Amino acid sequence: MGQLHPVKVVVNGKTYERQVESRLLLSDFIRHDLGLTGTHVGCEHGVCGACTVLLDGQPVRSCLMFAVQANGQTLQTVEDLGTPERLHPLQQAFWEKHGLQCGYCTPGILMTLVPFLAENPAPSEQEVREALSGNLCRCTGYQNIVEAVLAAARQA
Amino acid sequence: MKPAPFDYHAPASLAEALALKAQHGDDAKFLAGGQSLIPAMNFRVAQPACLLDLNGLPDLAFIRPEAGELRLGALTRQRAVERSPLVKDHAPLLHETMPHIAHPQIRNRGTLGGSLAHADPAAELPVIAVALEARLRAQSMRGERWIAAGEFFVSLFTTALAPDELLVEIALPALPPRTGTAFLEAARRHGDYAMLGVAAVVTLDEAGRCERARLVFLNAGEGPVEARQAAGQLAGQALTPAAAEAAAAHAAGHEINPLGGVHASPEYQRHLARVLGRRALLLAAQRAPGGAA
Ligand SMILES: Cc1cc2nc3c(=O)[nH]c(=O)nc-3n(C[C@H](O)[C@H](O)[C@H](O)COP(=O)(O)OP(=O)(O)OC[C@H]3O[C@@H](n4cnc5c(N)ncnc54)[C@H](O)[C@@H]3O)c2cc1C
Ligand code: FES
Ligand code: FES
Repeated sequence: MGQLHPVKVVVNGKTYERQVESRLLLSDFIRHDLGLTGTHVGCEHGVCGACTVLLDGQPVRSCLMFAVQANGQTLQTVEDLGTPERLHPLQQAFWEKHGLQCGYCTPGILMTLVPFLAENPAPSEQEVREALSGNLCRCTGYQNIVEAVLAAARQA
Repeated sequence: MKPAPFDYHAPASLAEALALKAQHGDDAKFLAGGQSLIPAMNFRVAQPACLLDLNGLPDLAFIRPEAGELRLGALTRQRAVERSPLVKDHAPLLHETMPHIAHPQIRNRGTLGGSLAHADPAAELPVIAVALEARLRAQSMRGERWIAAGEFFVSLFTTALAPDELLVEIALPALPPRTGTAFLEAARRHGDYAMLGVAAVVTLDEAGRCERARLVFLNAGEGPVEARQAAGQLAGQALTPAAAEAAAAHAAGHEINPLGGVHASPEYQRHLARVLGRRALLLAAQRAPGGAA
């Protein structure tokens, strides 16, 4: 075990302080050290998008950052969106449109599309598909994901 | 997979970053956006003993006009380049190319300088730097120097930077009058690395003929490949579809050296070079102010 570095981050509005090894990935920090297992890990090389979280409001791959780099920053994970009783409108649309099957890709897709919809409140289908291009789903064939996003945009 | 252990430094100034690099040399790597370096570390293809994180040096991220050029700091995020009205105005070729680089989540972290220093032959930005005749400023404890883009990319993942040098700034000259540009690539999926791509820069003379052209290919050799003979053929000619076809065919047949890959054989890459090269030349000519066609 190498030298430890202090990390202080605000995640979903709550401040956490931990000591981390330099090589700890932000994705593993979020899941193992903070216990926020909603963020999923698929590939660990930036391709699948399952680990997407918001860093200062912008979606990034948490598998392509070291936890130590998040020191002093603000993060949001899927746990920040809604609760089982009160789903976020995009989560509600995924539910209604059958936008997920196994759900492995879903947290990353939600964390990609929440900021996308904030910037593009009325996207075309093509724009939604492009926004989704960095997220892999092995189950749905994307069709119902696209419909869910368009439905959420219509309701907003 | 997880990276091997390393020492982490977050230099608080450029001077400190350069001093650390001078001290550690090739054992240390600069960490910019991490979007190429961290995947390589996760696979343990790269196992640097020490990382020098540049992200605490916001002075290295800027976009500003200076003496007729556009100057961009090496740490400027790709997303910021994509969204900059200054870039759109001054370097429409760069603006047009940005959305082809990976995905928004990657561009939010990935930097301009990181992509140039990484020198992946399939990357877009090295090709754009060569096509626009950019100059790159390298800095070390020993001093600074400007390197022409054409001399910066040495071979696969290899640049002219010395082990103690940091790429700090990129200067893009203004386009000459009557100049149009175009970038085209073929990728299997939006945001994926392209099977082949091409940038064209065409300057017309006052009679609307081609005064000067530049054609630079990606994923067509060990770095950005400039097709000088093909471009030379066009000088003084009317840039007709036939002339563009002949030039692109020459480039595809004689000037590029595509290495092939799982998704495209070298023959298919040559085919793409001919088709995309022709289209890019015609599009650039059409976009040149006062352009015909
Ligand atoms: C899924 C995925 C898809 C991608 N698709 C594409 C694509 O289609 N096209 C494309 O071009 N790229 C693509 N990329 C790569 C991406 O653009 C990277 O951001 C870029 O190649 C490297 O920039 P970075 O800032 O992340 O550099 P880093 O990963 O931090 O560094 C890369 C290398 O450059 C060195 N370095 C960084 N900055 C400097 C500097 N200022 N001076 C000297 N050395 C420096 C580092 O030490 C390291 O060796 C993709 C990446 C991923 C994960
Ligand atoms: S786990 Fe991060 S992109 Fe796949
Ligand atoms: S729902 Fe199973 S991977 Fe997307």
